[in-house]
Amino acid sequence: MIRFISFKKIYFVISALVIVPGIVSLFLWKLNLSVDFTGGAIWETGVSAPDARKLEGFLGKKQVEEVVSVQSTGDKSYLIKFKPITEERKNVISDVLAKKYGEVKETRFETVGPILGGELIFKTIIGVVLAALFILAYVAYQFKNKMYGISAILAMFHDSLVILGLFSIFGHFFKVEIDTLFVTAVLTILSFSVHDTVVVFDRIRELSRIYPKISFPELVDKAINETIVRSLNNSLTIIFMLLTLLLLGGVTTKWFVIALLIGTISGTYSSTFVAAPLLVVWKELMEKRKKWTKNG
Amino acid sequence: MLDKLKRPKSVLIFILLLSFGALIIDLPKFTIKFDKPFKVEQSFGGYAIGWFGGKFVRDLQIKKGLDLQGGIQVTLQADMKDIAEKDRKVALESARGVLERRVNFFGVTEPNIQTSVSGDNYRILIELPGVTDSKEAIQLIGQTAQLDFAEQKVLEEKPLDNLTPEEKEKQAAVPPVFAKTDLSGKDLSRAAVTFDSKTGAPQISIEFTDEGAKKFAEITKRNVQKPLAIFLDGVVLTAPIVQEEITGGQAVITGQFTLDEAKLLSVQLNAGSLPVSISVLSQKNIGATLGEESLKRSLIAGVIGLMLVAIFMLGNYGRLGILADIALIVYGLITLALYKLIPVTLTLSGIAGFILSIGMAVDSNILIFERIKEERRSGKSLLPSMEAGFGRAWDSIRDANICTLITSFVLFNPFNWSFLNVSGMVRGFALTLALGIAISLFTGIVVTRTLVRVFYR
Repeated sequence: MIRFISFKKIYFVISALVIVPGIVSLFLWKLNLSVDFTGGAIWETGVSAPDARKLEGFLGKKQVEEVVSVQSTGDKSYLIKFKPITEERKNVISDVLAKKYGEVKETRFETVGPILGGELIFKTIIGVVLAALFILAYVAYQFKNKMYGISAILAMFHDSLVILGLFSIFGHFFKVEIDTLFVTAVLTILSFSVHDTVVVFDRIRELSRIYPKISFPELVDKAINETIVRSLNNSLTIIFMLLTLLLLGGVTTKWFVIALLIGTISGTYSSTFVAAPLLVVWKELMEKRKKWTKNG
Repeated sequence: MLDKLKRPKSVLIFILLLSFGALIIDLPKFTIKFDKPFKVEQSFGGYAIGWFGGKFVRDLQIKKGLDLQGGIQVTLQADMKDIAEKDRKVALESARGVLERRVNFFGVTEPNIQTSVSGDNYRILIELPGVTDSKEAIQLIGQTAQLDFAEQKVLEEKPLDNLTPEEKEKQAAVPPVFAKTDLSGKDLSRAAVTFDSKTGAPQISIEFTDEGAKKFAEITKRNVQKPLAIFLDGVVLTAPIVQEEITGGQAVITGQFTLDEAKLLSVQLNAGSLPVSISVLSQKNIGATLGEESLKRSLIAGVIGLMLVAIFMLGNYGRLGILADIALIVYGLITLALYKLIPVTLTLSGIAGFILSIGMAVDSNILIFERIKEERRSGKSLLPSMEAGFGRAWDSIRDANICTLITSFVLFNPFNWSFLNVSGMVRGFALTLALGIAISLFTGIVVTRTLVRVFYR
């Protein structure tokens, strides 16, 4: 049996090494928000390009980086969505198109607000917090100890900090944007995280019934040893799926898949190496306090 | 012993029938998926399947999102002439919120709704995926849905000068015999379609908020034996005679509704009325933002990933792994069938999420199989350790999945609580998450267990 718990300080240090730079980055550079959050511009135009994909490819080749998407709206007419751009810049792009496809007829050019408004984000956060509270209550009830609930939620919080921090860093260095897909990825990660943690906790609960006399750290060690294979196996199946999606899937979902990949790894790690050690730390603190109150 | 064996076989037959049914619903999807290697597209062409001597025609198709299929874009112009300059942005935002609620009450469709302000033009752009009937879309989003209750005018009237311009406009909208009361659509807590117990005609039951109920009681009290008119967007819907004071805070709106009209109206009333009147500026069909290519690539990636998981399970758990793989296929079939039946709007991220859920669906199998391995190691023989494996793994499977269900429940917000979101995107996510959990519980436990009982001896 590996004595996982005796290295608990190392686990917290590893987590801190990932989370602290992320938090610093969140303060310094914030998140690089996409057009879903900031709003942008739409431009409806008549161009004799063969189809929407070719037009998008051409704009990409000409380094028009503000393009978000190109949709066809009928014969030789397209709806191009941009990041926020000025009228002048649009005219430059129009000239580029005119050189290649001939005449460019403009139907409309409008700035538009975000798809994900502040209200939606705020309400989603409220939803997540509420769900976390319910989960805390449920886990605390099922395990008859509020610390189980709190540890599970702290592990979930750990995973959200990991993902938000890393994407803030990616945003600064690789221009990775936070979009609707990212919101979905974070929600997925949060549910996965708790799911995995509960399995480890369940084993601790079961073992404590079978071996009521073993010390708590030893019990947690035993539980980790018994669940780690299933944790790894389960994560591996998910990681296989995500790796094939990353390598073979389209460019559009690349960062979405990376977010899920990071979340899966972090979620697996946090269940065994954050949530379970937290239980031990809590127990130790409680015992110290008991002694202290007895002596004092 | 024989009795025990009889039951799993009937469960097996049920599972087979269920999978077969799901397969039939899924089929057109499969012709897309396995177009090249199997060339089955021709034999199942279109939506008609030529089995049982006759033709089984159905038009169930997976509903694709804006990125995969495009949809319809409606541009709305908001009429801001009665609204003070400084309030216009707020009014536009709240109109956007109401429209979003209306669209989302209609189902999980994942619309895009954006505002656009340029100069004096205040506009709202709505993109709806997979909507073919532009009339329906415009009907749904294009009415102000201002509900008012008006009583017969009494002679001594409030001097017109004391009214704000907004109130004046409202007064003007009401024919002279009726005067608006302070009770309006804002006082509703919910509206629902019900049917007249005598004629069976569709009607709308409304429930007032506590304050609305008080107002309604007062109004009905002072109008006994007089008509009380109900106006929608300034048009009289119905003007029933009040029989007695109504204190329960409930009322019924009757009128010459068709069922669809009644449904539409209840959606609009639930979503709230628009703070500004809007008109349709333009509507057009828009194409997909992503090419067929990205869809194909993701599907291929999904198939390969699925094979990897299958091989992994086989390598790790041997014959048990094969049974888990069969359960996984059943999972895929049922999930796809439900996506079509509900229908769930599938975007590229949704497909990625579905593929991910396949990876997660084997979790309960892994839990159970690891347990069986442990029991075997502790010296039990095969059959008891299998049953013990299923039994002991249940606690952790239950608790872990209930936690995920809690998350999806809160995010789906089934009661439309206003402090939680009703956005299509978050709801779509919650729905697919909940479906994934429910189906994987079924396949991971019921299906695998039955397969193990019948075939693994």
